[in-house]
Amino acid sequence: MNSDWPYRLREHRGTLLALLAFVAMFAIYVANHPVGLNANVATTAANKGVLLAIVAMAQTLVVLTSGIDLSVGMVMVLANCLASAIVVGSPAATALGTLAVLGTGLLCGAINGAIVIYGRLQPIVTTIATGAVFYGAALALRRVPGGDVNASLAEALTGQLPGISVPASLLLLVVLVLVVWLPFRHSATGRAAYAVGSSELAAYMSGVPIRRAKFVAYLLSGLLASIAGLFLTCVTYSGEASAANGNTYTLYSIAAVVLGGVSLFGGSGSAIGAIFGALMFRTIGDLLFVFNLDPLWQPLFQGVVLAAAVCLGAVRLLRVRNRLDLYG
Amino acid sequence: MSLFVMQGVSKRYGGVRALEGADLAIEAGRIHAVLGENGAGKSTLIKIMAGVVRPDAGRLLLDGRPVAFAAPAAAHAAGIACVFQELSLIPDLPVADNIAISNPPRRFGLIDRHAQRRLAEAALARAGAEDIHPLALVRDLSLSRRQMVEIAKALARQPRILILDEATSALTAADVTKIYAVLKRLRSDGLALVYISHRMHEIVALADECTVFRNGRSVASYPAGTKSDSEVVELMIGREYSAVFPALPVRPSETEAPRLELRRLSWTDRLDDVSLRLHAGEVIGLGGLDGQGQRELLLALFGVLRGTTGEVLIDGRPVAIAGPAAAKRSAIGMALIPEDRKTEGLMLAMSVRDNLSFAALGRLATAGVVDGAAEGAAVARIMKLLAIRSDGTAQAASSLSGGNQQKLVIGKWLMMAPRILLLNDPTRGIDVGTKQEIYALLRRLAEAGTAILFYSTDYDELVGCCDRVLVMYDGRVRRELAGAEITEHALVSSALNIGDDGRHAAATAGL
Repeated sequence: MNSDWPYRLREHRGTLLALLAFVAMFAIYVANHPVGLNANVATTAANKGVLLAIVAMAQTLVVLTSGIDLSVGMVMVLANCLASAIVVGSPAATALGTLAVLGTGLLCGAINGAIVIYGRLQPIVTTIATGAVFYGAALALRRVPGGDVNASLAEALTGQLPGISVPASLLLLVVLVLVVWLPFRHSATGRAAYAVGSSELAAYMSGVPIRRAKFVAYLLSGLLASIAGLFLTCVTYSGEASAANGNTYTLYSIAAVVLGGVSLFGGSGSAIGAIFGALMFRTIGDLLFVFNLDPLWQPLFQGVVLAAAVCLGAVRLLRVRNRLDLYG
Repeated sequence: MSLFVMQGVSKRYGGVRALEGADLAIEAGRIHAVLGENGAGKSTLIKIMAGVVRPDAGRLLLDGRPVAFAAPAAAHAAGIACVFQELSLIPDLPVADNIAISNPPRRFGLIDRHAQRRLAEAALARAGAEDIHPLALVRDLSLSRRQMVEIAKALARQPRILILDEATSALTAADVTKIYAVLKRLRSDGLALVYISHRMHEIVALADECTVFRNGRSVASYPAGTKSDSEVVELMIGREYSAVFPALPVRPSETEAPRLELRRLSWTDRLDDVSLRLHAGEVIGLGGLDGQGQRELLLALFGVLRGTTGEVLIDGRPVAIAGPAAAKRSAIGMALIPEDRKTEGLMLAMSVRDNLSFAALGRLATAGVVDGAAEGAAVARIMKLLAIRSDGTAQAASSLSGGNQQKLVIGKWLMMAPRILLLNDPTRGIDVGTKQEIYALLRRLAEAGTAILFYSTDYDELVGCCDRVLVMYDGRVRRELAGAEITEHALVSSALNIGDDGRHAAATAGL
């Protein structure tokens, strides 16, 4: 048997490229930062990056099944508003509140999944509609920004790890990868989700549980989006039903997924790639800061990087020999 | 007692009868060949066995007990594995993941990658494909290698019955040799094998029993070797249907340069050294089994394929056709009626009028603005010429019947008055009346000087409509038939690549 290495590299190429690109950008950022990488700089950067990374993980799960979830940002906003009302008080009340927030995320995901699978509607329309509904619920909870969150929970999630000056949010991200992503990736259901995204017909012919795979993908997507909402509450100590915020995170999560090497056609890529895509997307903004460029340039630069990444992904089309395959 | 029996199985798709009272009995330790021409019901038969479609009537018995398969997973569980003609592999997953896809080995609820690796290696070895790396992505493998993975995937389920549907059609000669040995070993292991192939020499080499299908019925079952190839062909085609075809005119003169000439056209491994000369006023048919390169030949002419080699000449002058837009320019004047009218031919949601105008918009427009009056006149002319039945021209194309939709696709290209008309199986799935209108139309166009190249899976059509027929096999033109030589018997024998005298030409074809 030949060495496994070339094949493993091929399979994880998108994720590895995202990792390398992020490391390169982050190195430039740290090297040019006026005060260097101290604990406070790292924690602030990490909190911003981790928030988008969690939303990007949520998006990845759905994109892998060749769907798209335009409600992730709104689930996050809804969870944020809910958390600012019920994740307060005694440790027991906080724990109950947290469970309720996560349960709401699961419910949102279940609604999306049920409509897409049993209503046979396109994911893009379904999630625009449900996203509006989730936003409406958030508005009903918080007409004006406000609320609070249990300070020790917020401190634990957004501060630094005791003893070592590493941002706690990075540990949260690692835990989510270990507890949500890797089990999914290595379960039969997760395998089925990849199969459905790559070729739904071949998946059906192979006796793969298509419906279960899609449902679990939407379910976990809702859960992760609500965790992002909880984390946002811990960062801001308040809840705000902001449509702009929700839409921005939805669109950025798609950008992060693409930068992370996940195919928008489904079936290929990894949430770990999407995490690095999200961190990369955030670093672009920070790079402008250390080079003293006007922050007004930020959207333009993010757009250029995103367009470049999409171009790289399209290189394979140059090798297509039957032009009909371009339109299939 | 037979291992698996199908009794009186019937299946209809809409009004089309795919299977009608079909019977089949399969024994363990035997290779059972299923034969029949295009559309005889073989594919439906195995889809029923594999649980992909459910029969309307009839019984399935496994070990003498009635069974029903609600989904492919139920057939898998009963020990039936199928290697499909259209591949059922997931392109973005590695080979090992694909082999274990229906029931991956698990440990603590998660997939056990080491066990999966061992399982995949064992299955690949059993299929004679040890050289395929279990971690390679299916996307990166050649068609022949993918087919070997497909076979390994079926074997990994430890089936009692293994169905191979045209499993060798995509294989290279080296892989075919391996597969022969593998299948014989599986037979001696006690598996029941159902083998569907159009290649007579393969059936002679492998089969123990044969069943012939025709028009959805099982017409004969016999032990292999008890009938000559010629008798088998008679069983396959002996049918009563015959359409009315317009009389063929006098053959056109061949003194001038052919309107379309191909010299040694090749493309990847699908087209191999195809040459042809098509004159104005001539109708040339492309025959042969489905998927022998006919579709690719038409696409290559229309400029859709990249990287073709060889020469294309229009009116004796070499041209390079870069795509459909170039092909339809007036100097070339080529039109292609595609295979799938719903996806490649029509914009179903748009109106009849818009659909008809698309290909000719350039000619109907002045300075980029479409001349509504000219468009209306041209559309009315085509609607009348083709007798398209529709409630005016504003209704959506999707509301027309299949036959009228097909006329719409043809009419769309007639709007630009093509000099060369390519048709890809234009009468598939439409009613007899419309078929005959299309035959008459083709003949009228030819008389008016259009050069027509026409692929059909219906042998009657080739006999009735064409001045000459080129029979393709494995991407090459194996035989050219002209005039009275074009008979159904000759078409079927050359499509199966056996000589008229029943000898196996395949041996010389490098298989």
